[in-house]
Amino acid sequence: MNRWLWIILIALGLVAPYVLYPVFVMKLLCFALFACAFNLLLGYTGLLSFGHAAFFGAAAYAAGHSIKVWGFPTELGILTGTLVACLLGVVFGKLAIRRQGIYFAMVTLALAQIVYFVALKSSFTGGEDGLQGVPRGRLLGFIDLNDSLNMYYFVLAIFLFGFWLIARIVDSPFGQVLKAIRENEPRALSLGYDVSRFKLIAFVLSATLSGLAGATKAVVFQFASLTDVNWATSGEVVLMTLVGGVGTITGPMVGAFTVVSLHSRLSWMGSWVTVIVGITFIVCVLVFRRGIVGELQELLRRLRGRPTRARPAAAAQPQATKREA
Amino acid sequence: MEGEYILVTSGLVREFKGFVAVDHVDLRVRRGSIHALIGPNGAGKTTVFNLLTKFLPPTRGQIIYNGNDITRHSPAQVAKLGMIRSFQISSVFPHMTALENVRMGLQARHGGSLRFWRSGKTLHSLHGQALELLRAVGLEEFADVAAVELPYGRKRALEIATTLALDPELLLLDEPTQGMGAEDVGAITELLKRVAVGRTVLMVEHNLGVVGRLADRITVLQRGRVLAEGNYAEVSTNPDVITAYMGGAAHA
Ligand SMILES: Nc1ncnc2c1ncn2[C@@H]1O[C@H](COP(=O)(O)OP(=O)(O)O)[C@@H](O)[C@H]1O
Ligand SMILES: [Mg+2]
Repeated sequence: MNRWLWIILIALGLVAPYVLYPVFVMKLLCFALFACAFNLLLGYTGLLSFGHAAFFGAAAYAAGHSIKVWGFPTELGILTGTLVACLLGVVFGKLAIRRQGIYFAMVTLALAQIVYFVALKSSFTGGEDGLQGVPRGRLLGFIDLNDSLNMYYFVLAIFLFGFWLIARIVDSPFGQVLKAIRENEPRALSLGYDVSRFKLIAFVLSATLSGLAGATKAVVFQFASLTDVNWATSGEVVLMTLVGGVGTITGPMVGAFTVVSLHSRLSWMGSWVTVIVGITFIVCVLVFRRGIVGELQELLRRLRGRPTRARPAAAAQPQATKREA
Repeated sequence: MEGEYILVTSGLVREFKGFVAVDHVDLRVRRGSIHALIGPNGAGKTTVFNLLTKFLPPTRGQIIYNGNDITRHSPAQVAKLGMIRSFQISSVFPHMTALENVRMGLQARHGGSLRFWRSGKTLHSLHGQALELLRAVGLEEFADVAAVELPYGRKRALEIATTLALDPELLLLDEPTQGMGAEDVGAITELLKRVAVGRTVLMVEHNLGVVGRLADRITVLQRGRVLAEGNYAEVSTNPDVITAYMGGAAHA
């Protein structure tokens, strides 16, 4: 990816806590990572999951529980949460991956509701109260994470790693196959690519990275709650990705910043925030169909005089087995 | 393995909700030959291809490829064994360049596609081979052009180059000259003649001129059944075939 983008991103990341509240920026980063992980699936694999909160939330609970109750060091706790999301991703993926389109979304939603139900009824999650009082602990045993700047730079490092990995996956030989599948699934299959396997791996990677975001969030805020596994959170991440620009590398990040900022700026309006965010979403979908970053890229391309390259993510695939008369 | 026939089907049947699209087809494709599958529209030719490459499961019957029963294989497995198909409608990766299209074929053969942690630059080592394949089909100068922007005839050539990247043992081509002008038809026919050297080709083709020039053996399908089989001279003088072609659309 573009070297300048990295330099700008790192520079902004380094100065941000001196301009904005560190806790607020950490929240931005956690949701940005979550949205980027989600986009790996929607934008780069062409699968719409409506159950991603399950990975985010389960990882948050697992990280919180292992740190608070089992006394795991912070970094190991985050790793535990991430691993739980990964395993959950394997289970969800195996059950959902062969379904197409809306059926895929419905299966993921149904499975996520099971996770929500378990979180609601179990004792270790604290039910309606949530899992409170997770200690931030010390990174590597000596860096005190109760210091908000220490915590911030740790979160920034996690975010940058996750973001780098996603960019790498998209660019890798594996990412090329995902692109080929999105462009023409029957052809990819006829060349010998085991399409379901590639989709499953993409799904598990997306779940794992969503888990990393959720686990980190639990440490930052020192709690995990039902909101983290709720279907509304699954919806929120779809929204962030679409607002920012599905299938663009930086779009979901911009989308997450936009949505989280709207929420916090307008928090005085109470539940009206939901309405405002909803309207923003509708406007985005109607006016900027490619999302903020997608539209900017299109504008740049036009200014340079190149032809349009429309590439909707979930475009209908030609059906090889259908009648081809 | 080294039998006389690379592909043998016995009693192949495929029904769609009671409608029999492929009806007890016994096909024998001789190793190293060009075998044509012809017949009026709706005869079941594409469905036979879908059965052979496992895009559809057969209702009954058996498929033997290189001595192995592949009746229950998956499409990807069949491709790995060296049987690669093309589609009736041109089938490229539209927003990838010609070079990237061919590279997808090379990548499939060379493996390592699951390595999501590797840099995309590792694929540059395939560019030499990819260019060579593009040269072979006359697309060298279009290497950096997106497939969607190529004219139809060149798209089909690109498709063949991508297929050749896998060095297939058995090539299944579904109407490679469909929708082409006379000039393109001539070019593709010559190309197919060249690429068929050292391989086996099974092709569906409507253009009887192309069939006459290329095919060693011809199977005629009608309403899912084998109507006749033989070389061009035998088939073209077969009264049943003549009737079928008068009744059906000869150049549909
Ligand atoms: N997926 C399908 N579902 C139902 N009917 C089908 C399907 N595919 C093909 N058919 C039917 O099977 C018959 C043979 O079709 P096809 O194999 O495409 O013929 P050809 O390629 O010889 O023109 C046609 O009548 C077609 O309508
Ligand atoms: Mg056909």
